[in-house]
Amino acid sequence: MQNMKPEDIAGEYQEHTLSLFDGGARKVLVTEIESPYPDGRLIVSRTDPAGVITHVNKSFVEMSGYEELELVGERHSILRHPDMPSAAFKDLWDTVKRGETWQGYVKNLRKDGGYYWVKATVIPNVRNGQVVGYTSVRRKPSKKKVEECKALYPTLFNQSERLAHAV
Amino acid sequence: MPYNFTVSPDFTPDHLSGWFIFNTWLQRALDEAIHLELFDSFFDQREAIQADQIDLIYANPYDAAMLVRDKGFSPLTKPEGKADEAIIAVNSSSGAECVEDLQPGVKVATTDDPDVHMMGLIMLEPADLDTKNIQLNIRDSFVLVAKDIIRGDCEAGIFLAEAYNDLSSIAKSQLRVLVKSEIQIIHHALMVGPRLAQKKDSLMQVLLSMTDDIKGKGVLQNLGFSGWKAVNEEESEFMIDLMDTLMV
Repeated sequence: MQNMKPEDIAGEYQEHTLSLFDGGARKVLVTEIESPYPDGRLIVSRTDPAGVITHVNKSFVEMSGYEELELVGERHSILRHPDMPSAAFKDLWDTVKRGETWQGYVKNLRKDGGYYWVKATVIPNVRNGQVVGYTSVRRKPSKKKVEECKALYPTLFNQSERLAHAV
Repeated sequence: MPYNFTVSPDFTPDHLSGWFIFNTWLQRALDEAIHLELFDSFFDQREAIQADQIDLIYANPYDAAMLVRDKGFSPLTKPEGKADEAIIAVNSSSGAECVEDLQPGVKVATTDDPDVHMMGLIMLEPADLDTKNIQLNIRDSFVLVAKDIIRGDCEAGIFLAEAYNDLSSIAKSQLRVLVKSEIQIIHHALMVGPRLAQKKDSLMQVLLSMTDDIKGKGVLQNLGFSGWKAVNEEESEFMIDLMDTLMV
């Protein structure tokens, strides 16, 4: 996955290197600018069984700041924010691979370095008994739940994540 | 023995005769006897589905998963350009400017229309409101939901957006929209059951060609539709997956 580019970033940023679930790494550039979740909208995407994006809706494109063509074919971790502990995504994958529904609060990273919080639900797409992919639907989270996650997630960082945040 | 056709009980009263006209047209087009059975409630309709008494249904999206996955129905068509959206409205004199201004204990008027109710509850979530900390007043129609708000019996109400827009201008002048969904992919659909499945291709053909002649267009007009659009299996499965994510 490509590193983020300074020319895409709006405002002052900090640089982080993320260790991704597939073993790769990505340099991300992060600002403190939050995009409020738009009322009444759902952000919808689908992936193949490996987590590669196959479909995004208009709200996904608008909130992520990427073009649809930049998203389809990429891994979902293109939205991974360094403030999200890898434990949350491990739990997500462990849950959906068991054929169950995962729900949680996620801080997503935009192309311009900003962020937005969502309440995400991910379910496996089962066709003729086989998992053919996953559907992820995000909706507007409550401020109270987001505040709880802001306090909780740093406690879930593993050692390398803690070191990265200390830099 | 005639086939049985039914319509999601959330159709607007204005379109009641339209469904009977559609059924008469359909019988002629297919040269089959089809009985139209309308139910007063989703509960009664689901009982008939469970008892395998339904062969063709204009289904609420909330019931699509049960129809496809449990009862072997297949999607046929959806009305062109129509999607189910929900609105949360308050009295025009309410101090609430956004959903987050509504407080636990709030009285919310709603209906038993399952997908609209579900979308409404999702739009209340950002205010940390759910069925455990709000008082729901379940009414028989969206007009009664509006009356509850206007009379001050409820502070907010959940509407099908189309039904809200159809309220009289006097009613709407006493209400204010707090939030409207923009989901775009949740829709009612015509679905065919196993007993009528062998007629699926003929059904699809006559439905999609309704706009080709004046009579067909007139029938559609009585339903408030501009035409039917084919729904394939994967599109239907996608909507069911999406509904599954919203039900948790």
